[in-house]
Amino acid sequence: MCGIVGIFTKTEALRPTLGQHLSDMLITMSDRGPDSAGIAVYGSDTPGMTKITVQADDPARLAALDLPGAEIRTISTHAVISMPDGKAAETLAKLRATPGLRIMGSGARIEIFKEVGLPADVSRHFALPAMSGTHGIGHTRMATESAVTTDGAHPFSTGPDQCLVHNGSLSNHNSVRRRLARDGVTVSSENDSEVAAAYLTHAMSSGRNLGQALESALKDLDGFFTFVVGTRDGFGVLRDPIACKPAVMAETADYVAFGSEYRALAPLPGIEHARIWEPEPAKVYFWEAA
Amino acid sequence: MQSVDLSSSDLRSLNAALQAQAEQTNQTVWEVLNPRGAHAIAVGLDAPIEVTVNGSTGYYCAGMNKQATVTVKGSAGPGVAENMMSGTVIVEGDASQYAGATGRGGTLIIRGNASSRCGISMKGIDIVVGGNVGHMSAFMAQKGNLVVCGDAGDALGDSLYEARLFVRGSVKSLGADCVEKEMRPEHLHDLAALLEKAGLDHDPASFRRYGSARKLYNFNIDHAGDY
Repeated sequence: MCGIVGIFTKTEALRPTLGQHLSDMLITMSDRGPDSAGIAVYGSDTPGMTKITVQADDPARLAALDLPGAEIRTISTHAVISMPDGKAAETLAKLRATPGLRIMGSGARIEIFKEVGLPADVSRHFALPAMSGTHGIGHTRMATESAVTTDGAHPFSTGPDQCLVHNGSLSNHNSVRRRLARDGVTVSSENDSEVAAAYLTHAMSSGRNLGQALESALKDLDGFFTFVVGTRDGFGVLRDPIACKPAVMAETADYVAFGSEYRALAPLPGIEHARIWEPEPAKVYFWEAA
Repeated sequence: MQSVDLSSSDLRSLNAALQAQAEQTNQTVWEVLNPRGAHAIAVGLDAPIEVTVNGSTGYYCAGMNKQATVTVKGSAGPGVAENMMSGTVIVEGDASQYAGATGRGGTLIIRGNASSRCGISMKGIDIVVGGNVGHMSAFMAQKGNLVVCGDAGDALGDSLYEARLFVRGSVKSLGADCVEKEMRPEHLHDLAALLEKAGLDHDPASFRRYGSARKLYNFNIDHAGDY
């Protein structure tokens, strides 16, 4: 199964309480997937600064980080490390070489938190209700294609400020993985959804926008999928042509929201007057901040 | 009228109360408040009662219905009125995938659109959709009527048996063994009755009828080499 939730704000109205809404929505979807949960939140950016989110099973490894010039904010098993853009590549290399650390994602605005466990626990560990931002995506997983681990939890981030969550299973992920490898793109886990994330990152790095990358995914990815994808300023939704995996969307003057089921949207403010629809199969939905 | 608020009462007790109503019950009118997309609301009913759900529902609302009239004043999630035996289910908004699947009797009225696989494997139910239906609707439909006042998506009536399909708008594509058929007086008569039941005043003559070409019913020996 798996449960997906997402909000993309169009005005300031929901931004201060984005985390609270995402948390409520994600917890509603707990029975769609109790194995692991995760969220990506696009918060404020500081010009000239890059943020890297890292995870360690042993929080002592986060406390032991020695990164001169970087600001480190530790939340449970994760740490968000901020540094000037010019130091980002060097810092990433250093973090990658540090044993026991996993890079969750990086960019100007994205912060990613994911762990094994129920959405309510994951939300509490990372104080999700206190977070603010312009858009965010959450996922609760019922594992099918790879192990129940932090590495197998969604969202997957394979490029700066990009993330993807997936409900479904891809049948051609190994061949796509090999094709990406020939183009120099490596996928770190065995997970099929991470291949989809890397595919989109690769498509966008060759100059396509998110909408165009999703269009090409319809041709190249085979299997069942409902994807919700975030970029620095954008939010996209795509369902495969068979569209077995459920999806409901709501739009008001203030926001666009996604839920695997209407239950997830029910707590949102103004939902009674929202335009509510089921996204069409094989149709790219894509919003971008002006 | 009996009123049950799902913000303070749990779903199991609602369904237990509804399922406990006997043929001769005096509690004939029920209202369900704050459904908030909950699953399996008003399933397995077997009494001539009227249940109105004030809001949108999740999976399998009014499944296995017998005799009862269930109205959803909102949209319905996947599998609304699945395997209905008799009675009436009305969805004021849209219905998600496989609405009315495997239904053996009764009437399902969807005022908005129905998404994919509407009426899949229907076996005698009548389904009237005010708007459009998605792809693979009436897949393997065996008996009953599917009336679509708007457009039908891809592969309408794929591997169809003897269900009758009526579409007023366009059909994106027909599925295997589904063909357009002549609209005869008995079809116009039955369609008029279904439209009236749904409170729709479309002219039955503005619809086209689709049915099975019956070419998949038997194994074709000349195709043996294809297997």
